[in-house]
Amino acid sequence: MGGTPLPDGIKLIDENGKRLDGRRPDELRPLKIEAGVLKRANGSAYLEWGDNKVMAAVYGPRECHPRHMQDPTRALVQCHYNMASFSVDDRKRPGPDRRSQEISKIISEALTHVVFTEYFPKTSIDVYIEVLQANAGTRCAGLTAASVALADAGIPMRDLVASCAAGKIDDTVVLDLGKEEDNFGQADIPLGYIPRTDEIVLLQMDGDLTTDQFRTGLNMAVEACKKIYDLQRDALKRKYASPARGNDKDVGVN
Amino acid sequence: MSKDVMADLKRDHIMKLLSKGKRVDGRKFDEPRPLTIEKDFIKSAEGSARVHLGDTDVVVGVKLMVGQPFADTPNKGVLTTNAELKPLANESFESGPPDKRSIEVARVIDRGIREGKAVDMEKLCIEPEKEVWIMFVDVHAIDYDGNLFDAGNIAAMAALKSAVVPAKRAGKGEDYPLPVSHVPISVTAVKIGEHILVDPTYDEEIVAEARLTVATNEKGDICAMQKGGDGSLTPDEVLRVVELSRKVGADIRSKV
Repeated sequence: MGGTPLPDGIKLIDENGKRLDGRRPDELRPLKIEAGVLKRANGSAYLEWGDNKVMAAVYGPRECHPRHMQDPTRALVQCHYNMASFSVDDRKRPGPDRRSQEISKIISEALTHVVFTEYFPKTSIDVYIEVLQANAGTRCAGLTAASVALADAGIPMRDLVASCAAGKIDDTVVLDLGKEEDNFGQADIPLGYIPRTDEIVLLQMDGDLTTDQFRTGLNMAVEACKKIYDLQRDALKRKYASPARGNDKDVGVN
Repeated sequence: MSKDVMADLKRDHIMKLLSKGKRVDGRKFDEPRPLTIEKDFIKSAEGSARVHLGDTDVVVGVKLMVGQPFADTPNKGVLTTNAELKPLANESFESGPPDKRSIEVARVIDRGIREGKAVDMEKLCIEPEKEVWIMFVDVHAIDYDGNLFDAGNIAAMAALKSAVVPAKRAGKGEDYPLPVSHVPISVTAVKIGEHILVDPTYDEEIVAEARLTVATNEKGDICAMQKGGDGSLTPDEVLRVVELSRKVGADIRSKV
């Protein structure tokens, strides 16, 4: 974050107040969510958010491995966030790095808050997030997709978690940073939020913000999460309303 | 199992006191534990500090080595932060490679230093694109009674402020003090029930639903944040912790 000048004097916000991709400061990138896209998984979701492409799959509740992690009182929500080696410009070395482990941890915590874990003692609910194409905001995309996948798996939940980031570029607080804005911007605030109960379940920040700028960014991200929440619900409704796709993995084997 | 029973008992005790406006160790809700800082604790390190935050005991050593810069920052030094949560410090720590908890601690401390622009990284450039100073900040938990984020951040800042760039040893000219230009300070608070408590002890951490770490600089601006835990915070609670962090952080900064 911060400091690095943009090449060739390109500005992140032009004289008309528009951003590199033509968005207004408080405008989201186009977001599409589809629920129930994988055959094998108990629940799944696919999401395209700007140039991000993210797949989420849920397996479980199932026996918890490793066994010593078992909790006799509740299920363990274990998120595994992974970026495909081809998802970024310079090939990413496959496997978990420190960044992805941290993201897995905070997404697990955010999801644990909404799952009725006490219904499934000793089990594990495994959430796999695969980032196939990355363009800033993948943790928010991953969390948004993961909660739809959990709901698609029929796991009892208090609510869905919606997630979106705000940030600061050219001294202006904006919503949903794109890649250049993330690389050359001044701050980033990823947020995971439950609109119905006004609860924050994921929050990080890096960069440089005054308290007022933070307040503005937080409000912006909260409002965006409300919109994303509606898209998540629509995705689930679409799946279960459509007779063609149906819920075929759960019906009529015999 | 016994751990859960203990947690339940501790939770009841802590909650009962909180409802009367008290903490187990008698502190106010917005009061951090006593802080002592001992700089230059390790002779073999270029900079070091041992910090006691209540009963949490942390040693940070800073080592500097000549190495290659990253391609995208050819004229800047490199910062690497690592946290060792070794079994000597707490019964919940295990041997082996860093787990998610220690990775999170290291990355949150790193973010405070990096985003708070603590060190002028351009002054750690020896020859652009060829040679820069690689700065290793290693955080060792010696005795863990909660809030390693803040104890580690304070110790890291104190160690950086005491550090000397070993240029002579590396044949790169005269030694010079590490160019520390800002002192970002992180303050962590936890939410237990309706209460927000600054600088949690280990017991308070165990029963807490959510945690929020906020790092601020001299101007009172925010440079890094991290929420943790299975619970949630409302936007108002987040803003309250931000204010607490600015207030408590300013006090801690004057001691570093």
